[in-house]
Amino acid sequence: MLSKAKLWLSLAFGTLLMWSAGAHAAWELNMPRGVTQISRETYDLHMTIFWWMIAIGVVVFGVLFWSIINHRKSKGAKPATFHESTKVEIVWTLVPFLILIAMAIPATRVLTAAYDASESELDVQIIGYQWRWEYRYMDDDPNAEEVSFFSSLATSREEISNSIDKGENYLLEVDNPLVIPSNTKVRFLMTAADVLHAWWVPEFAIKKDTIPGFINESWVIVEEPGIYRGQCAELCGMEHGFMPIEVHVLEPADFEAWYAEQQQQALQVAELTNAALSMDEAMAEGAEIYSRNCVACHQANGQGMPPAFPALAGSAKATGDIGVTMDTLVNGVPGTAMAAYGRQLNPIELASIITYVRNAFGNQSGDMVQPAEVNEFIVGGQ
Amino acid sequence: MSSAAIDHAHDHDHHHGPAKGISRWLFTTNHKDIGTLYLWFSFAMFLLGGTFALVIRAELFQPGLQFVEPNFFNQMTTMHGLVMVFGAVMPAFVGLANWMIPLMIGAPDMALPRMNNWSFWILPFAFTLMVSTLFMEGGGPNFGWTFYAPLSTTYAPDSVTYFIFAVHIMGASSIMGAINVIATILNMRAPGMTLMKMPLFVWTWLITAYLLIAVMPVLAGVVTMMLFDIHFGTSFFNAAGGGDPVLFQHLFWFFGHPEVYIMILPAFGIVSAIIPTFARKRLFGYDSMVYATASIAFLSFIVWAHHMFTVGMPLAGQLFFMYATMLIAVPTGVKVFNWVATMFRGAMTFETPMLFAIAFVVLFTIGGFTGVMLAITPADFQYHDTYFVVAHFHYVLVPGAVFSLMAAAYYWLPKWTGYMYDETLGKLHFWMSFVGVNLLFFPQHFLGLAGMPRRIPDYALQFANFNWISSVGAFLFGFSQLILLLVVIKCIRGGKKATAQVWEGAQGLEWTVPSPAPYHTFETPPDPSLIKAQ
Amino acid sequence: MTKNVAKGNNKKLAVKLLFAVVGMFAFGFALVPLYDVICDITGLNGKTGGRVEVAEAGQLIEEDREVTVQFIAHQNVEMGWEFKPSVNQMRVKPGEVHVVHYRVSNPRDTLMVGQAIPSVAPNAAAGHLNKIECFCFAEQPLQAGETVDMALRFFVDPRLPEEITKLTLSYTLYDITEKSKTAAVASR
Repeated sequence: MLSKAKLWLSLAFGTLLMWSAGAHAAWELNMPRGVTQISRETYDLHMTIFWWMIAIGVVVFGVLFWSIINHRKSKGAKPATFHESTKVEIVWTLVPFLILIAMAIPATRVLTAAYDASESELDVQIIGYQWRWEYRYMDDDPNAEEVSFFSSLATSREEISNSIDKGENYLLEVDNPLVIPSNTKVRFLMTAADVLHAWWVPEFAIKKDTIPGFINESWVIVEEPGIYRGQCAELCGMEHGFMPIEVHVLEPADFEAWYAEQQQQALQVAELTNAALSMDEAMAEGAEIYSRNCVACHQANGQGMPPAFPALAGSAKATGDIGVTMDTLVNGVPGTAMAAYGRQLNPIELASIITYVRNAFGNQSGDMVQPAEVNEFIVGGQ
Repeated sequence: MSSAAIDHAHDHDHHHGPAKGISRWLFTTNHKDIGTLYLWFSFAMFLLGGTFALVIRAELFQPGLQFVEPNFFNQMTTMHGLVMVFGAVMPAFVGLANWMIPLMIGAPDMALPRMNNWSFWILPFAFTLMVSTLFMEGGGPNFGWTFYAPLSTTYAPDSVTYFIFAVHIMGASSIMGAINVIATILNMRAPGMTLMKMPLFVWTWLITAYLLIAVMPVLAGVVTMMLFDIHFGTSFFNAAGGGDPVLFQHLFWFFGHPEVYIMILPAFGIVSAIIPTFARKRLFGYDSMVYATASIAFLSFIVWAHHMFTVGMPLAGQLFFMYATMLIAVPTGVKVFNWVATMFRGAMTFETPMLFAIAFVVLFTIGGFTGVMLAITPADFQYHDTYFVVAHFHYVLVPGAVFSLMAAAYYWLPKWTGYMYDETLGKLHFWMSFVGVNLLFFPQHFLGLAGMPRRIPDYALQFANFNWISSVGAFLFGFSQLILLLVVIKCIRGGKKATAQVWEGAQGLEWTVPSPAPYHTFETPPDPSLIKAQ
Repeated sequence: MTKNVAKGNNKKLAVKLLFAVVGMFAFGFALVPLYDVICDITGLNGKTGGRVEVAEAGQLIEEDREVTVQFIAHQNVEMGWEFKPSVNQMRVKPGEVHVVHYRVSNPRDTLMVGQAIPSVAPNAAAGHLNKIECFCFAEQPLQAGETVDMALRFFVDPRLPEEITKLTLSYTLYDITEKSKTAAVASR
């Protein structure tokens, strides 16, 4: 047994040394101070309580270890006979109580500040899905082109399966980050479309559950432009660890420019939906979308993980009637993990992914669908 | 078996010693046999749940997916939690209650021996049912041991129905066990054993049993509602039909928070027995220990929503649950201070049970400190559902509850087997466990603060180092537990003969019967002069 | 002899405790309506109340106060309808009755039944957004390809706390085709 322990220890320290040689910020011990008033107050509160705990620990453990060292039988200690003291007991009931009050006061102050209801300048809806986020900007102008998009993990499956080196922001990077202006009160309205999720960015000190059918709110005033990252914090199924959050905070002017550009793009999507897509374009775009949205369940080779996640290669749904493929993608398969992508991808992306699954993994249907057809399928009877 | 012969002469109701072979264990109504069954069962579950934990820690050893699929990983975290809570810790305390409560209060057996037999024997069925879901199509429960709706209802694998039945059976077992404990303590005490003379282990178990009766039925209700939502179209937790997923959390934690104390109060009792023995000094503040236990139990009913600070409650609700939760620190502090005061100016020796008990006091207190931090609502927004929480509750449950169980095992092993255990191996077990458990859980505080969410199979690169250390600690701690198995087997087979009192400073009725404790004890009540104030 | 007395006592106590167990089981279920009541009073989960009688509306209009009401629409993931409010937001005086339409269409080729679930943020405002008429009070069956404008008549209670200047009304549409009686009747 002893030699085993030795083996473990040498293993431990050996690799520890190796690791610290290539050090990134991987020895972080504490929470970030963050970039908002609330996050800094939270941090200070956390540290205040922490030092209180350390102080109490020093006293209690001090007496404990002092007794252990000095009052041992081997040193000839004779046991005392006292076994109660009302006075002492009252003291050590009251003193912790007072300390708790001292801690409760700043805690109440910070919490009340976090509940501030003053009016926001920008409202963004955050909607949790298995396993991605949707952001919708709320515009005061009812005729404005709506800016909304899905935000999915951008880290490649090859990195996750260790077949290539991991990038710096491994598992913390997304395809479409949330963009908000700095020094502006931004209000988040949060909900979910399937199960519970929780939206968390440590630097903002915001963590809020997104609950299907209910709306939660939170707000932030970020003082420094930059890129901030977070993760889903509520277990939401298989890919819970793979739905990060990335927020780009821009100067208000830059944000305005970005927002206008997004509106422009939304218009373009509408136009492009009516333009023809070539097979090559569709396959290239489709491969991209597949790697972001489908590969976790259906696998890179299209073999899936039956029975929960069926194979696409050679499947009837992917090679038979193209209407069935389209219906499956757009509306999902109720009662299974297959989500409805009709709202999550735009018609161009949908046309690409439908075309892709019908012509990849050895599927050779040879046919394709145009964005306009998909769009018609989605909006249907209007 | 000369003592058994003496029992014969005295008693004409139960003439027999233990039956032979397997039927002894299947049909036994003897509290010591049932206690032994519970203890072995819980140890087996401890190893099984530990194996699941090692799968988790192996996967988290390095970033990237190495060994298991994310879906299986979620099944592992779920099963680890369920098996450890309902299979390892709770039955272990019930086992100790069975063995020790009658001996401590001078009763011949538990009050309801036949029910005692059932309450044990339904447990293996429950766990077979639950663990078998891992091999079913679609996999086992993968929604965490807290099984939040709708992930555990609308979006659950089919095996959830078996999980629900398993929880029902476990609940029934716990409730029967609790009824038995209460009846035993209230009705079966030897003459002269007044309530305020009972050992604290008995007191803490009495209060725990009441907690069990209060909350296990609520858990049964919650899983029944899930069953109805899944199969009969009701909408308790489904927003579509007017239900509310958050209601699930309120109900679950109404059970769940007292459940936390169910797993720690008996541990307080054990430590309150061991520390005075090895300090050779009476327990400091017996009365306040009893009142503190009762206050903790009471407070446990009004703090449940501190598990839910991020669901979006109104400010007034957040404040109420924050203040109530902070209050728990007061009676818990009293207990810790009393233990320290008991050691203060004692004459201590450090046999294995004492080592585990001291480690309990220190490491449980660290878990208590992080508990106070977690009570602070705004800070909890940062801690919630991160590894900081994982570190916190593992500190109170592993070097807390589990260490107390190990301390208890070493403390009473000579009474159970009649032989002293191997002290060298015991100390080795302690030190390896101590180092392992701290390597395992201490770095998780850092991981949580730095932003690592819990229940994820893969993580960002900045979490790599501490995860690596944590995994090393996990394997060290896990494999060290085999030493305990070795010690117990060695001790059953022989060793130095144990005296009746076993430990120089031991006080209480259980030390007045011979070692090993005869199959039947206190058929006639003990002499009241033996019953002293604790 | 004392043994038999003890046995009798044990049984009695066990039965009493068993009653407590049954009581707590029932209490668990009683918590469900209790929770709804608490939510109604405190707005705990942002759920809005049911129908309010017209008589209560418009009695007192606060002329010198205006609040913003935002309208948003969500769908549960399996729904797949078009679902949008006719306006994003409006300024209203507390007490004034307003009408908003949500346009909903079913692009699929089968009859589907939707149920809209309302929720209000901040949750302290939930009890103060009164609906006189709402599509969320009933199931919404839509034939394949059908489009409907669904009405919501509401007013903001003048007792809305002063510090709240903006409230958000969200509807989430759920597919309840399988559970719905309407669908069962229609398919016959």
